Amino acid sequence: MSAIVCQNLCKTFAQGEQRITGLDRVSLRIEPGELLCLSGPSGSGKTTLLNALGGLDTPDSGSISLGGRRVDQLSRGALADLRLREIGFVFQAYNLIPVLSARENVEFVMQVQGVEASQRRERANAVLAEVGLAGLEDRRPGEMSGGQQQRVAVARAIASGPQLVLADEPTANLDSHSATQLMELFQTLNRQRGVTFVLATHDPRVMAYARRLIRMEDGRIIEDGAQQPPGQPAVSGAS
Amino acid sequence: MHWPLRALLTLAWRNLWRNYRRTLIMLLAIALGVWAMIVMSALMRGMTDQMVRNGLATLPGEAQIHHLEFLLDPSVVNNMPMPAGSLLEQLNSAPITAWAARLRVPAVLASEYASRGVTLLGVDPAQEAALGSLPDTLLEGRLLEGPEDRGILLGAGLARKLDTGLGKRIVLMSQDTRNNVVDRGVRVAGIYQARLQGDEERFAWVGRAALQELLGLEREITEVAVTAADYRAVDAWLPALQVSAGGELEVLGWTELHTFLGTMLAVQEGFVLVFMVVVFLVLSFGLINTLVMAVFERTRELGLMQALGMRPALILSQVLLESLLLLALGLLLGNGLALATLLPLRDGVDISAVAEGMEMMEMGATLYPLLALDDMLMSTAVVLTLGLLASVLPAWRASRLDPVRALASH
Repeated sequence: MSAIVCQNLCKTFAQGEQRITGLDRVSLRIEPGELLCLSGPSGSGKTTLLNALGGLDTPDSGSISLGGRRVDQLSRGALADLRLREIGFVFQAYNLIPVLSARENVEFVMQVQGVEASQRRERANAVLAEVGLAGLEDRRPGEMSGGQQQRVAVARAIASGPQLVLADEPTANLDSHSATQLMELFQTLNRQRGVTFVLATHDPRVMAYARRLIRMEDGRIIEDGAQQPPGQPAVSGAS
Repeated sequence: MHWPLRALLTLAWRNLWRNYRRTLIMLLAIALGVWAMIVMSALMRGMTDQMVRNGLATLPGEAQIHHLEFLLDPSVVNNMPMPAGSLLEQLNSAPITAWAARLRVPAVLASEYASRGVTLLGVDPAQEAALGSLPDTLLEGRLLEGPEDRGILLGAGLARKLDTGLGKRIVLMSQDTRNNVVDRGVRVAGIYQARLQGDEERFAWVGRAALQELLGLEREITEVAVTAADYRAVDAWLPALQVSAGGELEVLGWTELHTFLGTMLAVQEGFVLVFMVVVFLVLSFGLINTLVMAVFERTRELGLMQALGMRPALILSQVLLESLLLLALGLLLGNGLALATLLPLRDGVDISAVAEGMEMMEMGATLYPLLALDDMLMSTAVVLTLGLLASVLPAWRASRLDPVRALASH
C-alpha cells in the first residue's frame, strides 16, 4: 500500500447558527504498515479525520492522497469502490447486518466485490477462524456477545484483504478482556499481514498497542509521536 | 460494477420478514387488491359478454349484409338478391357458424280494435334457429314452421296493444317494390315473450316466402345476418366478406349496427383498467408507507452498506427488490384467491334479486363471470408498474443517504 498523505484538511459543521470546527489545517502522512492511534477528547476531530481518510466524508478544503489518487476529488461511486476494495471499517457499535449470519456478514463485502462463491466461503471461514470464531459461523449477530460481534466486524473488515483498516472506537462497547483480545488481534494482523491500522479512540488500552500516537484537540493535531515497539504495550493505562 | 443479485435477494427477502406483521398486513392488502381487480373484472366481463351476446342474438347477428341504401331507407325497394356464388360459399365456411336471409320491412298491423306500426320480419325459421335469434319464450300457439308459413308470430305486448289473441285474424299492410300498398289477412299462429318489452311490441314474424309473395318479390331479401364463433374477432373476417359481397352490397359489423353494445364493450375495457389503477393507487400509499418505514428503521444499516462500498445504485436495487418480492407475493396470493373465488362460480351467479333492472340491459337472471387471462396479466402489469413506481421514492432516499449521518443515527 502507498502512503496516505493529508494536507491542510479543514472541515466545519453547522450547528444552528454556529460553525463547529471539525478539522483545522490537519496535515499528516501515514506510512504503509503503521498501527496508529488518533486520540483526544470527544469533539477533538478524530472521527472526522477518520471519516475523511475513509472517503465517508469530504473535507471543506485541503487534500487527501491515497496511492497518488486524490480521495477528496473522487465521485460518490468512485469513493464507494475505494471503500469496497481498499479500506476495511470497524465501528464502535459493531454495525453488523442483523439478518445475516456471521459468515454471511463476512462474505457480504466479497459478494459485492464479485468474489466467486466457493472462494468467498473459504475465505470467510478462514478469517472467522483467525479471529477466534470457528464454530460460530452460522450464528446471527443477535445470538453473539458484544466481543464476538466486534470480531465478526473485524473479520468482515479484513476478509477482502484491504491494506488499510479504519476503526472508530472499536473497544468502546467491550469489556476489558474482549478489548485486550481485539487489540492483540489488530496487532497480529498488522504484523503478519502488514495491514495499516488507523484507530480513533480515547481508550488507553487501545493506545497502548499503537506504534504511533496522534493527539488531537479542537480539530488540530497537537502531538504526533512514536511509541514503544508493538507487542510490548509501553504505556499501560496511559492517557 | 458487479451486481451481487444473490446477496441483494437474500437481504431483500430476510428484510421483508424482519417486521413480519407489517409485511403480512401489506401482503394481505395487495392480495385483496389483486383479488378485487380480477374478480371485479371477471364479473364485469361476464356481464358485458352476456349483454353483447344477448343483444346480438336478438336480431343483428355479428354482421349484416344489406343493399347500400337499406339502412338509410329500410324499405323493400332497397332489396338484394339471395346470397349466391362466392358469397354463399363464404357464408357456409368457417369462421362463420350460421347465417339467415331475411326480409325486414316496415308494416302496419290492424285488428278490429287497433292498429300498430311494426317491423315485419320475413324469415326462414330454420336459419333463424341456427342464428339463435328466434323468440326465447313461446307463451301460446306455435313458432313458424317454415318460410312458406302463412301465420304470424306476435309479441305478447303487441297482441295486447292490438287487443287480439291466438287464432284471430289481423290485417297486415305494407308496400311492394312499386310502392303500392299491399295487404293480407293473416292468422295469429303464436304469441311470444321477449326479454325486452320494446322487442315484443316492435317485431312481428312471418314466413319469408309468404312475405316475398305479398310484396311481389321473387327470391329477393333485404338482409343477411351472419354470426361466427367469437364476436370479438369479427374484424378478422369482415373484410373478406365485403369482398365476396361486392360493391353493390354493404357489410357492417355489430359494433356499427349496434353502437350501444360496441360502445359498452369499449367502455368496459377502459373501465377495467381505470378500476385496476384506482385500486392499486390506493394500495400504493400503503406500500410507500411500508417502504419508507423500512428505510427509516434501517437508516444505520443502509449507511453501513454504503460505508462498506455498496454503490447507491445497489442500495436502490436492494430496496426495489424488496418491494418487488412483496408485490410478487401479493400477486401470487391475490391471483390464487381470485381463482379460488371464480372457479366455483363458473356455473353462474344468481342475480335474480336485481335481474329486473338488469333485463333492461339485455342481461339474464344468471351472471357468468368470465375470467380472462388478459385481465390477470393486466392486473399483474398494473401492480408491478405502479408498485415499483411507488417504491422508487423510498429507494432513492435510501440510496442518497449520507453514510456518516446514517451511521450516527439510532
